[in-house]
Amino acid sequence: MILTEKDITERLVGIDLPPSIKEAIQNGLKGVPVRSEQLADIISQVSSDYEHSKVEPCEAVGVVAAQSIGEPGTQMTMRTFHYAGVAEINVTLGLPRLIEIVDARKIPSTPTMTIKLNQDYAHDRDLAREVAWAIESSSILHLGSIATDLAEMNVIIELNPSALEQRKITAEEVASRLKEETGLNVDQKENLLVMIPKEPSYRELLQLVEKIKRLSLKGVEGIKRVVIRKEGDEYILYTEGSSIKKVMQFEGVDPTRIKTNNISEIGEVLGIEAARNAIINEATDTLREQGLSVDVRHIMLVADIMTVDGELKQIGRHGVSGEKASVLARAAFEVTVNHILDAAIRGDVDDLKGVTENVIVGQPIQLGTGDVTLVAIKR
Amino acid sequence: MTVPKRIGKIRFGLISPQEFRKMSVVKIITADTYDDDGFPIEMGLMDPRLGVIDPGLRCRSCGGRPGECPGHFGHIDLIAPVIHVGFAKLIRKVLRAICRDCSRLMLKENEKNMYLGQIQELERLGQMTDDTVNKVFSEARKNKTCPYCGAPQKDIKFERPLSYIEDGHKLTASDIRDRFEMIPDDDIQVMGMNPATARPEWIILTVLPVPPVTMRPSITLESGQRSEDDLTHKLVDIIRINQRFQENREAGAPQLIIEDLWELLQYHVTTFLDNTVSGVPPARHRSGRPLKTLSQRLKGKEGRFRGSLSGKRVNFSARTVISPDPNLSIGEVGVPMEIAMELSVPMIANVRNMEIVKTFVRRGPDRHPGVNYATRPDQRRVKVTEKNCEEVAEQIDVGWKIDRQLADGDIVLFNRQPSLHRMSIMSHRVKVMPYKTFRLNPAVCPPYNADFDGDEMNMHVPQTEEARAEAEILMRVQENILSPRFGGPIIGGIHDYVTGSFLLTHGRKPIDRRGVMELLKKFDISELPEPEGVADGQPYWTGKQVFSLVLPRGLDLSFKADFCYNCDVCKGADCENDAFVVIVDGQLLKGTIDAEAIGAFKGKITDRIIKEYSPSVASDFLDRMTLLALRGIMHEGFSFGIDDEDIPQAAVDQIEETTRTAREKSRQLIAAYNAGELEPLPGRTLDETLEMRIMQTLGKARDMAGKIAGRHLGLDNSGVVMAVSGARGSMLNLTQMAACVGQQSVRGERIMRGYAGRTLPHFRPGDLGAEAHGFVESSYKGGLNPTEFFFHAIGGREGLVDTAIRTSQSGYLQRRLVNALQDLEVRYDGTVKETRGMIVQFQYGEDGVDASRRDYASTDNVKRIIKSVLKKESA
Repeated sequence: MILTEKDITERLVGIDLPPSIKEAIQNGLKGVPVRSEQLADIISQVSSDYEHSKVEPCEAVGVVAAQSIGEPGTQMTMRTFHYAGVAEINVTLGLPRLIEIVDARKIPSTPTMTIKLNQDYAHDRDLAREVAWAIESSSILHLGSIATDLAEMNVIIELNPSALEQRKITAEEVASRLKEETGLNVDQKENLLVMIPKEPSYRELLQLVEKIKRLSLKGVEGIKRVVIRKEGDEYILYTEGSSIKKVMQFEGVDPTRIKTNNISEIGEVLGIEAARNAIINEATDTLREQGLSVDVRHIMLVADIMTVDGELKQIGRHGVSGEKASVLARAAFEVTVNHILDAAIRGDVDDLKGVTENVIVGQPIQLGTGDVTLVAIKR
Repeated sequence: MTVPKRIGKIRFGLISPQEFRKMSVVKIITADTYDDDGFPIEMGLMDPRLGVIDPGLRCRSCGGRPGECPGHFGHIDLIAPVIHVGFAKLIRKVLRAICRDCSRLMLKENEKNMYLGQIQELERLGQMTDDTVNKVFSEARKNKTCPYCGAPQKDIKFERPLSYIEDGHKLTASDIRDRFEMIPDDDIQVMGMNPATARPEWIILTVLPVPPVTMRPSITLESGQRSEDDLTHKLVDIIRINQRFQENREAGAPQLIIEDLWELLQYHVTTFLDNTVSGVPPARHRSGRPLKTLSQRLKGKEGRFRGSLSGKRVNFSARTVISPDPNLSIGEVGVPMEIAMELSVPMIANVRNMEIVKTFVRRGPDRHPGVNYATRPDQRRVKVTEKNCEEVAEQIDVGWKIDRQLADGDIVLFNRQPSLHRMSIMSHRVKVMPYKTFRLNPAVCPPYNADFDGDEMNMHVPQTEEARAEAEILMRVQENILSPRFGGPIIGGIHDYVTGSFLLTHGRKPIDRRGVMELLKKFDISELPEPEGVADGQPYWTGKQVFSLVLPRGLDLSFKADFCYNCDVCKGADCENDAFVVIVDGQLLKGTIDAEAIGAFKGKITDRIIKEYSPSVASDFLDRMTLLALRGIMHEGFSFGIDDEDIPQAAVDQIEETTRTAREKSRQLIAAYNAGELEPLPGRTLDETLEMRIMQTLGKARDMAGKIAGRHLGLDNSGVVMAVSGARGSMLNLTQMAACVGQQSVRGERIMRGYAGRTLPHFRPGDLGAEAHGFVESSYKGGLNPTEFFFHAIGGREGLVDTAIRTSQSGYLQRRLVNALQDLEVRYDGTVKETRGMIVQFQYGEDGVDASRRDYASTDNVKRIIKSVLKKESA
């Protein structure tokens, strides 16, 4: 009797195999005539191989993971390279990026986003460009020139009409934005804006110029540049600077297909599970880019320890290691003396359950072969 | 053997002055140490009751000899209380949070209860209480009048390092202590302290512990002079000032002097505890070197915690230079005789092994393998010598332990630093050998990351049955062929092994009977396969046939070799370059064995053997393959010399032509740039565009030169063989040697630094040309001209700096990762938990699969199983 696909699915229910393997069995048998005994044979062989591949209990998986990620670190480069294909945007790669990931930095040194667009926008170059301009933060320097008049003690801004046109902003809007941000009166004559600082001092004047230069008049703050690239048949936006929360709301942007390399931002906007996946993806990409193969399981473990208690924690003194229960383990890592003094004040008790503590007091550690006691039965 | 005592837990706390006086064995009153005769002065800093360090004396407190007596604390009664520096910030916080009159924590009862509840809950959950406690302090500080006695509060200013100023008056340590003494126990708990183990007033010292002499031993110099420990020096200072203070106070000295002395006492106590407090000048030795006091002893890499407690020194270990020996198995290590005679393995005499033990003892210590020591059942140790060995052998009885010298077959751990992964320590079997270096098979170099340019390695001899069992079952080289990092083989052929296999198996060169015999000299093969053919009346074999002899039966495998040219259309098994390997039933039918097949980190064949057969079959394969590869390289003959970099004059001219055109082209680019005709690339400035275009042009020129040279360097060139087979080097290295070195760069750009507007005075300011910014058109063989040489040195220096920084950065990354993850373990239920029991993953890696055995749970494996099951049925 030849089994149907549905039969196979039913047979696989309740068998202790990971979904990926079950899927592999189903795919492998698609369109292939298979009899019940054959399927049973396949399942038993697959199960026995799977059983053989399982980790042994008491295995110190943490150390293995740490070594598997740390060891290739010595073979990585320190340089920042250009992003694959997009020559305009710099991205930190190699060892510095890996360090940045485990440091759980609030802002990475080179935040970037990859924005994919909705169906209607993705194939139209002009629409894509419009979205790009809407997102890109425009400062006064994009829209025109700024100068100071020392005799009059004022700031003169000359707006470029074509730039205004391109970025879909009017001179009035610029004037009102400036007024709103600086709290000063803006004298507008066509495309000429004149502003006078509160006090007619040279310092005030220069400070005002600097402040105006820094202002974001339109677009998303922090997004310094947006580059459009055609990949396949789709236009994709690459940005310098990252702010997914704001960008998601833009017309034409597909909010389900935005990517950023700012892990803590993902954690804040999309939640801790997303942050965990982001750590795994970012770390895997960084390692793969360097031509190093590291099993995902190791990276997963690092991502998990960084996110177990619901917030993104750094690997190190201000995170995972600094929040260990054991005083001795913390003291042996960094800032030794402070940990001991604080422990004394609080009257802490060290239960000596971890690895470092037991090494310190000279006892077998509670891991691996140290975690089992053997009892011989006398015959 | 008795079960060793286990320390269950360690409680931290402060010691109260009363308790301390009780603990102390002696009150120290004089600052002197030893008298003129060299005996310690009673009630001095070296009082014999504090412990012993001089050999031959006994401790007056416990009667122990040096080494047995752990030492005992004494104490100094401080005339006036002083502040403990470590708690300076805490004192500030507490002072601001309590009422200056009634000393109660300035929070309402209900607030106190709320915070106390929070703290207790956090403690129960084993979490940090810092945030809540800080909240308590900041909330309490906000009250301007005491909610209990209504006393108005004054602002307390803290001045570094140790002054607390209230309303313009400096609070003395006694004032602070008085306030702290009145804080009720309940309030102390709300401040995150445990009144049973740490009352706030105990952080103001009235009694100073004097550490036992065992932790501050004085050393006698050759001149007979005694040199005291830094801590002793500091204690001397403290006692002197303490005494002067007392005398002055009793004499009724003016307040100003008293205050000065008090401050001085505070200074000495502060530096005794920590000599690196900012704002306090460090106490110095007579020579000007800052003293190493208590905090410094604990801190840092060489401190007590990281240096002495987390890392310990061991016995039964050896270290020497390593050198290669391809005749050893990958699981063996050659140990010099001298080391073997020094290190030992314990053997306990029992009824069954009595005679064996006795024969060992009779050999004495000088005839390897002999015995160095014998231990009687009462733990008395006897040194076995040439003279007494017979005598000792007679005495041996059940229960004696002998230290047998290391011999062939013993299991030892072998290690090379930096130990970056677990394969940095593996167990090997000992092979005692002459000469003075450790010997190992070059195939095990990759996991250790070892080479033989003077590397040293360490060896450890496990001393218990348990340790030996673990070493043998878990740590053997063959158990570690697969790396848990990526599930592939990390041990495999390198350098000549790869070259040798390549030379042997490439093409179908005929090898006559004599040649085959020579190749197989070291093998236990008694039958030769059918000859491939007959030439000149003589049968001949091919290298592929010979190589097949080391492959296990039943191995089926096919893959692309490392030197595959990645043709547009792969012809698979019909590859005319012999780059597609086909193995059927353990016979190498097609293709060439190179790094992809047997190399470390790649090794498709090794990988398949270990997964389909067993680690020991793989280890055997590696042993036999390495032997054969070396025979193979010797059969063919292999060398590389300066003339291997020779290319014909025509090619040299061609290369010159290419570089000339490239220079010309960059000159044109510069001209266009100067004329303002250059079109900028999108998102780039004009300068950047020019740079990129020039770099591109020059890069192309180098590649071109490489191609031209490559045309004249074929597989008859040793360098090409090494590069192509993956043994060592690359074609880029070869073209740099033979054709053109290429553009030198710093931070990915052409070399721009140097003088204003130019890199060297040989060029005109503003010259943007190729040679002015580090383009080296010579080849290494042809030689570099002086400016090229200089630019090459600049580029080379960057590489060195990069490596130096990278090692330190990745070392720290590794330390942090290990520290954060070391407590994780897979439990019997498949979850990953921390040792405390916190679950980190519900199933390891989401499928519970061990990374080094992940192939068994892969889709490929499933496909293979399906295929084999269906095939079996149809057959």
